[in-house]
Amino acid sequence: MNRLATLLPGLTLKNPIMPASGCFGFGKEYAKLYDLSQLGAIMIKATTPETRLGNPTPRVAETPSGMLNAIGLQNPGLKKVLENELTWLEQYEVPIIANVAGYTTEDYVTVAEAISQAPNVQALELNISCPNVKQGGITFGTDPLIAEELTKAVKAVSSVPVYVKLSPNVTDIGEIAKAVEAGGADGITMINTLLGLRLDTKTGRPVIANVTGGLSGPAIKPVALRMVYDVAPKVSIPIIGMGGITNIDDVVDFLSAGASAVAIGTANFVDPFICPNLIEQLPAKLDELGFNTVTDLVGRSHRL
Amino acid sequence: MIRQEQMQVVKQSAIATNIFELTLTGQLVLDMKQPGQFVHLRVSDQMEPLLRRPISISSINEKTLEFTMIYRAEGRGTKLLSEKKPGDQVDVLGPLGNGFPIDKVEVGQKALLIGGGIGVPPLFELSKRLVEKGVKPIHVLGFQSEDVVFYEKQFQELGETYIVTVDGSHGSTGFVTNVLEKLEDDFAVYYSCGPTPMLAALEKLYPEKEGYLSFEQRMGCGIGACFACVCDTTEKIEADYVKVCSDGPVFPSGVVRV
Repeated sequence: MNRLATLLPGLTLKNPIMPASGCFGFGKEYAKLYDLSQLGAIMIKATTPETRLGNPTPRVAETPSGMLNAIGLQNPGLKKVLENELTWLEQYEVPIIANVAGYTTEDYVTVAEAISQAPNVQALELNISCPNVKQGGITFGTDPLIAEELTKAVKAVSSVPVYVKLSPNVTDIGEIAKAVEAGGADGITMINTLLGLRLDTKTGRPVIANVTGGLSGPAIKPVALRMVYDVAPKVSIPIIGMGGITNIDDVVDFLSAGASAVAIGTANFVDPFICPNLIEQLPAKLDELGFNTVTDLVGRSHRL
Repeated sequence: MIRQEQMQVVKQSAIATNIFELTLTGQLVLDMKQPGQFVHLRVSDQMEPLLRRPISISSINEKTLEFTMIYRAEGRGTKLLSEKKPGDQVDVLGPLGNGFPIDKVEVGQKALLIGGGIGVPPLFELSKRLVEKGVKPIHVLGFQSEDVVFYEKQFQELGETYIVTVDGSHGSTGFVTNVLEKLEDDFAVYYSCGPTPMLAALEKLYPEKEGYLSFEQRMGCGIGACFACVCDTTEKIEADYVKVCSDGPVFPSGVVRV
């Protein structure tokens, strides 16, 4: 029996660790470094109906124990993602979670309908939380009613389970979580980045061309963990937790707080081998804590 | 092949104001095939500062398994890097990117190498390889002022070298273009690394010449996954954009929109 195995709607994961969307492209770069089949799943870069060229540069800026980014959902568009990226990923035995984005409800519906039919796409991640685009993205993720309606619309056309990626840039993330659950979401992924700003102290000008960017990295882990801890008891759908995970203890914390699996984002830039390394370390960590399986660990903080 | 290795500091010294020369050793050196590639370094074992630092390779010695970088200690990361002592370990990811092609110039021809400030270092390995091949390099190196000039002698040993400083405190006064306008243009290819306005000026100065330009951009992953370092392209290539880290940092002149 595989102690790391994790069963989630649409997803049979050999382990609960996967790279987060936007930090892993479509896998090609990391495939040069290790076998992608080792991963629990891959959350591919956000896909929109048409090609997006993203924001002007600079698009990233380092901050204390973190970084800001404002890439702007750059991607080759639905057609090319289906033809080039997803087809290429078929050589690996790894479930793909396709991140879906757009300006309008129709955009989300168009992408969701088509991409959910790709043979290796086993779940969708609805991106209603990108803080770096002027339309779409976060505007869908900050109002519970709009989030619920969008979830319904996408559920109606998707041939695979739908996870909704929540934004931390809200007053009550639990409200949004409950709303997307009511809209029929099969799971929640959380959290996206926190809106932030860095200024050049000499000139007073923003460092990032987009002015603001999304904060990620270990700096946001306590916020992300608190939010997962908050949301887990309020919903009955599973959570894939993320936000500043850089080591095996962070993985344990997110699972304890109620996440069924975790995603690794910014840490891939610091250590490109972080995902396989954490997968390798997880069994020993379970032993150390006295747990037989990953599933036993999930939500333990709520059972104390 | 891209590898990650804990490499050992052989030596480190300040060679100009805030400019450091750092030599590391390890197996990864054997994968460094082209001048103009770079490495992505962690400057701390901690998560602060978080991101790796992209630094260009200034010389490679396969025999001793050593390579050298020259960098400016400017921010938190590079300041920490400048404190590394012989024997310390540095986490290196590399070699990354595509360097300067030396097969574009024939034996006996001249190549013009133009560097600006902290863009000068990768031209050193390039010049060494051109000389080995039998190509005659001409170096035009621009700096802000005398206190940040480095490697003048090393470049002179490889070929004709012109130094220019913005304030005129060393060599001639002004920008590299002030020197270039007076030079004969009997070179076959030009190679350059430096600030983008300088690269743009070179494309304007030598519209008919074959040139290879090394670009700089803020990076995240360094391997092409994060889309932080993209640049717009011109009509010269089909792609709408290029990534400096994995498609570059060296591009033929006229490809990147400057």
